[in-house]
Amino acid sequence: MIPEIMSETTTSLLLVISGACALLLVATIGGEILRLRLSPRGNHPTVETYTTRLHSWWGMVFLVSVALLSGHTGVVLLFAFASFAALREFLTLTRKTKADHWALIGAFYIVFPLQYLFIWMGAYGLYSIFIPVYAFLILPILSALRGAGTNFLSRVSETQWGLMICVFGASHIPALVTLDIHGSTGRSVLLIAFLVVVVQIGDLAEYYAGRRIGKTRIAPAISPKTKAGVICGASAAMATGFLLTWLTPFAPLEAIAVSLAIYLFGVGGSLVLAAIKADRGVKNWGHLIPGQGGFVDQMDSVVFAAPIFFHLTRYLYGA
Amino acid sequence: MRRIAANITGQFLALLVQFITAARADWRGVEPVNKQRIYFANHTSNADLPTIWTVPPPALRRVTRPVAAADYWLKTKARAFVGPEVFRAVLIDRRTDHQTEDPIEKIVAALDEGASIIIFPEGGRNRSDDPLMPFKAGLYNIAKARPDIDLVPTWINNISSVMPSGEVIPVPLGCTVIFGAPLHVEDTESKDAFLARASGELAALAPQNEEQPS
Repeated sequence: MIPEIMSETTTSLLLVISGACALLLVATIGGEILRLRLSPRGNHPTVETYTTRLHSWWGMVFLVSVALLSGHTGVVLLFAFASFAALREFLTLTRKTKADHWALIGAFYIVFPLQYLFIWMGAYGLYSIFIPVYAFLILPILSALRGAGTNFLSRVSETQWGLMICVFGASHIPALVTLDIHGSTGRSVLLIAFLVVVVQIGDLAEYYAGRRIGKTRIAPAISPKTKAGVICGASAAMATGFLLTWLTPFAPLEAIAVSLAIYLFGVGGSLVLAAIKADRGVKNWGHLIPGQGGFVDQMDSVVFAAPIFFHLTRYLYGA
Repeated sequence: MRRIAANITGQFLALLVQFITAARADWRGVEPVNKQRIYFANHTSNADLPTIWTVPPPALRRVTRPVAAADYWLKTKARAFVGPEVFRAVLIDRRTDHQTEDPIEKIVAALDEGASIIIFPEGGRNRSDDPLMPFKAGLYNIAKARPDIDLVPTWINNISSVMPSGEVIPVPLGCTVIFGAPLHVEDTESKDAFLARASGELAALAPQNEEQPS
């Protein structure tokens, strides 16, 4: 990598990070004003939840920023850790018996680390098929050898779906770093910033603005998301995508279209994971991120959006 | 020197348990405060003891001693270090012909020194499909000997999936340790009635939506 390009990428990253911090700062000041008005003794639940969530957001922005600035290895390590925590949460809720023990050990100690090793190596031919081909064929064989048992098909499917979402999907976020884009060598780390910011801004717009104005729910059984909310979110995502075009190889219209696609897949992802939660009778996937629940709760939209974003970008601009 | 090594091993074990299970305490019926207690818990896996030992705040952990089987913990040199020195376990022998002292007296002596204790009243790992095996008389005898100390039912959830009995490699899955409301043995209560009540209180803490492994 040529030093000038390195510094240009770093400058771009610092700009995005400053933008995110500015937004958080506005949200924090707003929150403190609300707290003085509504919750001087710290007993207003909505205000307190909001504050806890903001603290978590500061933490996440800090960690992602450090990882993106540190480059390739840092990015892979951060998302590998998040992926591990997500897989642990997901498989806690799936059906399993003693016969699946080796399959689960394989998923955690072999499939998960190898997938991130392939990503780190930039081995596209390996990381894009390793889980769907090798892991999906070998893990059920292990469960069968260890005694099969009742609900075999559902147990096997649940484990595999966990790997698909928490490892395969999530690993396509750091995989963006390995993309070789025409005409913008070394800038692919910025694609992660683009993906994360667009999807999260869309989600936040849907959550804080959209839910108040909308009436028709898009999936009433599992989620409070409304039609108007999703339209708000989509508009915010497209606007953000347009403003962040300079991070990507896209033309402005392409950036808007791609933003819409990843936002909608993100909404789909959070609906699917909400459906699983509703089915298992839990409110959150975990407890590790204060105010947000677990890693799966936080990453539900990004893990669905990441593979789509990765492949769209690769078809359009991949070398 | 051994004391320091035991401390370091303890910290390392606690980290390892956190890494694998993200173990979390749910203080449902009692507060995590430094008060002398007898925690009685379900037992399905060898990972139970490290997990329940890890979740309380360090200040509580330092004054809490698990009651464990001497025939298990003295078998190898490594276990003889971890059991008595890291966990500071009160070791009792389950084989009556090997007992040199009365196990109940040994546990009561630990209580009289001010320690809280963790006890698995089923007397061994539960390999059956029932949530709990019938309790041994030990819990009743201890409760009778020191009736003022709170008996806290403690449900360890999901650990049997992390490490089913017979397996040695743990799978990383989330675990919760649920602490219920304290109970005491009543003056007129019979042994069987008390043990049934204690067992019922403990089983009632188990999350309902969870499917029992078939």
